[in-house]
Amino acid sequence: MSYAAHFRVWRGDAGGGELQDFSVEVNEGEVVLDIIHRLQATQAGDLAVRWNCKAGKCGSCSAEINGRPRLLCMTRMSTFTEADTITVTPLRAFPVIRDLVTDVSFNYVKAREIPAFAPPKGVAAGDYRMEQIDVERSQEFRKCIECFLCQNVCHVVRDHEDNKDSFAGPRYLMRIAELDMHPLDEMDRTKQAQDEHGLGYCNITKCCTEVCPEHIKITDNALIPMKERVVDRKFDPLVWLGSRIRRRENV
Amino acid sequence: MSSTPPLRGDSAPTLPSVDASAPQRAGTDFPGRARIGERTLRTDRWWLQPLVTVTVLGIFILYTGVRIFMRDYYWVEEYSYLTPLFSPCLSDSCAPGSSHLGTPLPELPFFIPLPFLIFPILAGFRATCYYYRKAYYRSFWLSPPACAVAEPHTRYSGETRFPLLVQNAHRYFFFAASLLLLINTYDAILAFFPDTGFGIGLGSLILVANVALLWGYSLSCHSCRHITGGRLKHFSKHPLRYKAWTIISKLNARHMQFAWISLVSVMVTDLYILAVSAGWISDLRIVG
Ligand code: SF4
Ligand code: SF4
Ligand code: FES
Ligand code: FES
Repeated sequence: MSYAAHFRVWRGDAGGGELQDFSVEVNEGEVVLDIIHRLQATQAGDLAVRWNCKAGKCGSCSAEINGRPRLLCMTRMSTFTEADTITVTPLRAFPVIRDLVTDVSFNYVKAREIPAFAPPKGVAAGDYRMEQIDVERSQEFRKCIECFLCQNVCHVVRDHEDNKDSFAGPRYLMRIAELDMHPLDEMDRTKQAQDEHGLGYCNITKCCTEVCPEHIKITDNALIPMKERVVDRKFDPLVWLGSRIRRRENV
Repeated sequence: MSSTPPLRGDSAPTLPSVDASAPQRAGTDFPGRARIGERTLRTDRWWLQPLVTVTVLGIFILYTGVRIFMRDYYWVEEYSYLTPLFSPCLSDSCAPGSSHLGTPLPELPFFIPLPFLIFPILAGFRATCYYYRKAYYRSFWLSPPACAVAEPHTRYSGETRFPLLVQNAHRYFFFAASLLLLINTYDAILAFFPDTGFGIGLGSLILVANVALLWGYSLSCHSCRHITGGRLKHFSKHPLRYKAWTIISKLNARHMQFAWISLVSVMVTDLYILAVSAGWISDLRIVG
């Protein structure tokens, strides 16, 4: 059951480029990445694409398919009809290197800006003790495969290059939430999140959650809880007063 | 020298420098990025959701805006039905019998709506709600209209400054609105006990359903989730709060549904009471 599909693939580099038309064979059970590989093998030998696992686990093959940020290897051809035109472009929030490959170093810069796990002083790495229900909550965030689809779709930086300095993006704000919820982490990360990593820029419009291939509830379980924690520390006089009187930190 | 050691022998990556003062175009075509030109390449009907949101929210805002200035038809004496939009009614201008918390306020001039104290609480609760924020930032402010559709604004600072910083007061609206909801619950119970004794009518059932949906909306609130247990670092030390948090978290996953259904149910309840009170229809009595 094969047919010829109409593909439009963006080709070019930072200097410019265009959508090129291809007619390419599609077989049953294939994903978009298979078709891109067939293009490489048959019609466009120098087409650049980044991929690795073809199993939705390495996060390399992020691109935009019909305008939606997706993993090439996890988008089944069976979701399109034979009449559909399928447009594939590189991620649009990051500088393009060539064809479908972008320079995602923005994310590495942001990753390094988040202070690492801060365990209690004097407790050696092998002696960490914590209860399952205390770590459970942040385990969801560890499913992240670092595909950066959320970083790419977030309008704060996608539509506003000038915000890249002050905004860490959903993936790294989620990292801060993960550490802040960690039972052994001792650093206060709320002010940091707000003042240095731009949590206030997020207007909770949930596009990061919509595109996450791991279905992590980034907005509901990381960003909004983090915003509430910031309110505790920065904006809520009652909570502030309560913590002064009862002297209970780290509950 | 940076204090963080480079990763695996790589030199530390840096951000490309951007001239922030350069005039910026709306969209994604910044220098260095793939020059595609289109605002979006999405082929689905991404505009449908914002359109529906604008329509429904628009109807609600118009309806309640007109309604709170009406000074009539909010109370059905015969069956003691009071619309949630006017409850509690606190001034001497309120219809006799409708103000069961007393009337601490004097007569109000015609240009001040009877619910002028409670309406800002109800409106503020919804306006600062995390779900409604998403809904109206997307559909009214187009920021962004849909995912991967470029927004029309050239500058964006999100909720970092005034006035949007005020959104952080959401939990106070949550507390205040919960108090009002207790009163609404009392109203719904009263609707079974008109002066003539016990009775059940379609109106009392609608009031109960509405209150149940409003509780669903309030309890599934993100601030409520945070207050009950979300702010804890060690669930293991607070088993009861952990349990509560687990339940609220389940409700919270349905917050959007509660937001829409309860919005409609408030309108329907009010409209029903208006219709009965104005004599357009008569209440369907089941008992009494
Ligand atoms: S919810 Fe916040 S972080 Fe996620 S895409 Fe929207 S603005 Fe960006
Ligand atoms: S949070 Fe989801 S979308 Fe974002 S990088 Fe991780 S896996 Fe990708
Ligand atoms: S190739 Fe690894 S996620 Fe697609
Ligand atoms: S009511 Fe929606 S988040 Fe609080």
